[in-house]
Amino acid sequence: MSRNTRITGWCLLAVLLTLYPLLVTKGHWVEFVELTLFVAVLGQGWNILGGYGGQFSFGHALFFGTGAYLQALLQFKLGWNPWLTMWLAIGGTMLAASIVGFLSFRYGLRGSYFALITLAFAEAFHVLSRSLISITEGGRGVQLTLNLDPDLALSTFQFTFAGDFLKRYGFYYTILVILLVCYALTWWMERSRFGAQLIAVRENEDAAEALGINAFKVKMKAICFSAGIMAIGGVYYVQKFLFVDPGLAFGPSKSVEALVAPIIGGLGTVLGPLIGSFFVHGVGELAKGAIELVWEDRPGLDLVFFGVILILVLAFLPKGLVGLIETAWIRINALLAERKRGKG
Amino acid sequence: MSNRLLNVQEVSMRFGGLLAVSSASLHVNEGEIVSLIGPNGAGKTTLFSIISGFLKPTQGSVHFGGERITDLAPHSICQAGLVRTFQVVKPFVNLSVQENIAVGAHTRISKRKDAHDKAAEVAERVGMGAMLEQSAGGLTVAGRKRLELARALATDPKILLLDEVMAGLNATEITEIVEVIRTIRDSGVTVLLIEHVMQAVMSLSDRAYVLNNGAIIANGTPQEITSMPEVIEAYLGQGAASRIASAGGKHA
Repeated sequence: MSRNTRITGWCLLAVLLTLYPLLVTKGHWVEFVELTLFVAVLGQGWNILGGYGGQFSFGHALFFGTGAYLQALLQFKLGWNPWLTMWLAIGGTMLAASIVGFLSFRYGLRGSYFALITLAFAEAFHVLSRSLISITEGGRGVQLTLNLDPDLALSTFQFTFAGDFLKRYGFYYTILVILLVCYALTWWMERSRFGAQLIAVRENEDAAEALGINAFKVKMKAICFSAGIMAIGGVYYVQKFLFVDPGLAFGPSKSVEALVAPIIGGLGTVLGPLIGSFFVHGVGELAKGAIELVWEDRPGLDLVFFGVILILVLAFLPKGLVGLIETAWIRINALLAERKRGKG
Repeated sequence: MSNRLLNVQEVSMRFGGLLAVSSASLHVNEGEIVSLIGPNGAGKTTLFSIISGFLKPTQGSVHFGGERITDLAPHSICQAGLVRTFQVVKPFVNLSVQENIAVGAHTRISKRKDAHDKAAEVAERVGMGAMLEQSAGGLTVAGRKRLELARALATDPKILLLDEVMAGLNATEITEIVEVIRTIRDSGVTVLLIEHVMQAVMSLSDRAYVLNNGAIIANGTPQEITSMPEVIEAYLGQGAASRIASAGGKHA
């Protein structure tokens, strides 16, 4: 695909996502896309380090949870404004990421060892957030104070009692803006020197080193960038649900969600996580609907169906859905060109 | 002394009980093409890995441009102007030829467009100008060797360490790459190469070192070393030199 086709496609997608909630009036379907965009943001966070950098983390919930907890606790304990704590949450998470990154990369942990160490860190934080009750409120979780005054909706970053528009669409557009910013940053990274070096480290670390790339430094930058995006996801989550607890924040489900979207969509591609997230949630909804139609109530059966789809994608689409789309695009273009030649 | 670009002094490398390199010294002057030859397992690649910073020698030191580089990381050594290629080529297989070379160019160039322009120019120099868009994973052996060379060259080195860039190539391809290496030297880059292809060693190098069992056993011009008895014995076995001499005598 040429550069212009790509940019046009991007703009179309952005416009479509912007107009979507205004066109689709059923609340359930707006919520569905909002959740999809949220997972697409987490997916991009994972994709920076895992897809572009080849460092497969199994515990990215660590960064999501750190961001979420910082956002919740700084407001709950110190009463700070959410628009300020947001930046502290992102910065604090990046600091945590640099410590985890330093310990892993300094000692050359690669492949499954890196996956295990991130999993271990996420679990450690999970346990700590349960046991350090005086700081984290323990297993009860942190419940933010609900703001009842519509005039303070914006300044408290809570849209439950806001005006009509904000109440309905506030968080949809919040996550959309977050998504567009994160994806634009990723796009810019892919085309930068740092992006080229990160991909080189993924492809072959020794060759990258021999060509003057400080692999350690590149991986450190990547894990911080990656964690920053996860933290923004955490901030959004806390503001939307006004609640976080250890399981939600550091449990394995967020880690898995963050890695499934880019793996299915296409590792190391800008749009992979978004396409993957739409696919995963779309298929999930379809499976649920289909199974309800046939067997009425069989909770959990949709997960089986979902698992089968996941295995098929992994087995037959090593480059994910983006790879599939690109191959199709090339074939269609070739066909069109042939037809043209036939006519001429 | 002043034009000694690379100076390896008394370097030894021990892996457990195995002495892979034993007190080896060599130097390369600016503008030279120097070959490092020796039988398989002699320690040539190990010596390259030490020079380029991938291995820390048990003993001895490496100086480059007057600076001690023994304790530097490979990327710092590359940034200083010494770059190596790998005998077992390591292309970035999911990237195009141009993107591969651009990674090398990025070492000194920060802007993507400039790095890609530089990559195209380097590709032209090594005869890969027509393959820019091709995926590196689909290259032939000869293509991969060239790519390895191009990537290293794109880092704008002062000295290029080439580890068997001709292995696995056919006669035509060897002639081509010999020509490429010569033009690289003529453009001001010093070259140190490990090579088994004697035709190339003889025609290219100003001087050559022979490594056997980890020790430098001979050095001199290519013509000198090929007639040294200890070199012949290293390749063909003990007593080979005298047998060849006496066989030659009978025929005469």
